[in-house]
Amino acid sequence: MKILLDLYITFAKVGGLTFGGGYAMLPIMQKEVSEKKGWATEVEVADYFALAQSIPGLFSVNSAIFIGYKQKGVLGSVVSALGIVSPSIFIVTILAIFMNRFLYNPIVYHAFAGIRVAVCVLIFGAIINLWKKNMKGIVAYTLFAIAFCVSLFTSISVVFIVIAAIFTGIILMQIKKRGVIK
Amino acid sequence: MVLITLFLEFAKAGLFAAGGGLAIIPFLIEMSERHGWFAEAEIMNMIALAESAPGPLGANMATFVGYGVAGFPGAVVAVIALIFPALILVTIIAKFITQFSNSPYVKDAFYGLRPVVCAMITAACWGLIRSTIFTLDLFSETRNLLDLVHIPSLILFGVLLFLYIKFKKHPVFYLAGAAIVGIVFKF
Repeated sequence: MKILLDLYITFAKVGGLTFGGGYAMLPIMQKEVSEKKGWATEVEVADYFALAQSIPGLFSVNSAIFIGYKQKGVLGSVVSALGIVSPSIFIVTILAIFMNRFLYNPIVYHAFAGIRVAVCVLIFGAIINLWKKNMKGIVAYTLFAIAFCVSLFTSISVVFIVIAAIFTGIILMQIKKRGVIK
Repeated sequence: MVLITLFLEFAKAGLFAAGGGLAIIPFLIEMSERHGWFAEAEIMNMIALAESAPGPLGANMATFVGYGVAGFPGAVVAVIALIFPALILVTIIAKFITQFSNSPYVKDAFYGLRPVVCAMITAACWGLIRSTIFTLDLFSETRNLLDLVHIPSLILFGVLLFLYIKFKKHPVFYLAGAAIVGIVFKF
C-alpha cells in the first residue's frame, strides 16, 4: 500500500513540476525515480522513454507505466499513470475556468491573438525537429507526400491513415528484405 | 451521453496518436469537425494553455477539451480515456519487454508510421498556421494581395521563429513575449 502511494506522489510530482511534456520530463523523471527512489537506473529510465516512443500514447505516461509495472505490477502501473496526469487535470481546469471567463476582455483577447502566433512558431519548430528525425530516404518522402495529401484533401479518418501506415511499413520492409528495393 | 462520446473519442486518440503531444492535434481537428465541441481556431488557445501549464501536453489538452465539453467530470473522463489504451498496451508490453523491443514487425511498422505521422502532424499544423497568419477569407472577398496575410502576425512569426531557433529558450518565454506584443499592438 505504501509503495502505491509513493508511486502516485512521485509521479504527480514529475507531472506537476515539468513544463513542456515529452523529453522535457526525462531529466526530472530520472532525478525522482533513479536518484531519489532507486526504482530504476537512469539508463533504464532513458530506455523506457525511447521504448515509449514506439507505443501510441504520451511518452511520459508510457514511461511512468513501465516503471510502475516494474515496482508493483498492474496496480503499480495504474497508480503511476494516474499520478503523472493528476496535476494536469487540476491545473488546466483552473486555467480553463479563468480563460473562459476573461477571453472576451479586450486585453486578454489581444494577448491571445499574439500568443496564437507564438504557438505557430512552437509547432513550426516541432515540425522541423520531426522532419529532421523521421524524414530520411526516398520512401519516407513518398509516404510523406501521400499521407500529407490524404490528410489535407480527403476526410479519411486519422485512425485509418495510421493503420494503413503500419501495414505499409511492414509490407515495404518485407519487400526490402527480399532485395527488390534498396 | 456526452461523457461516453468524450471517452470514446479520447480513447481513440490515446490508441492511435503515436508520436507524442502534437500527434493528438489531428484527432482534435477531427473532433471539432465531427462534434463541434470547439472551433478549429480554439485549438491554438488549447496548445498555448497546454504549453504554459506543467504536465504532459496531451493530458493538458484533454483536460481543456473535456472541461469545455462537460465541466470537471468531462476533464477527468477525457484524461482517463486518453491514457486508458496505453495502460493496457504498455502493461502487456512491459511483460514481454525483450520480445517487443526485438520484434522486427514493430520496427517495420515504424518504418511506415514515422513519415506518415510526420505528414499528419504537418498537415494539421499547416491548417492551424494558415488560419492564424493568413487571412484567405478576407482575400477572397477583396482580392487585394495585402489582405492575403495578416502582416503584423507574419512579422511577429518571423521574429519569434528567429529567436526560437537561435536561443531555444523555454516555450513559456515566447508565449509571454507574444502576449505582450499582442496587447501593445492590439492584434
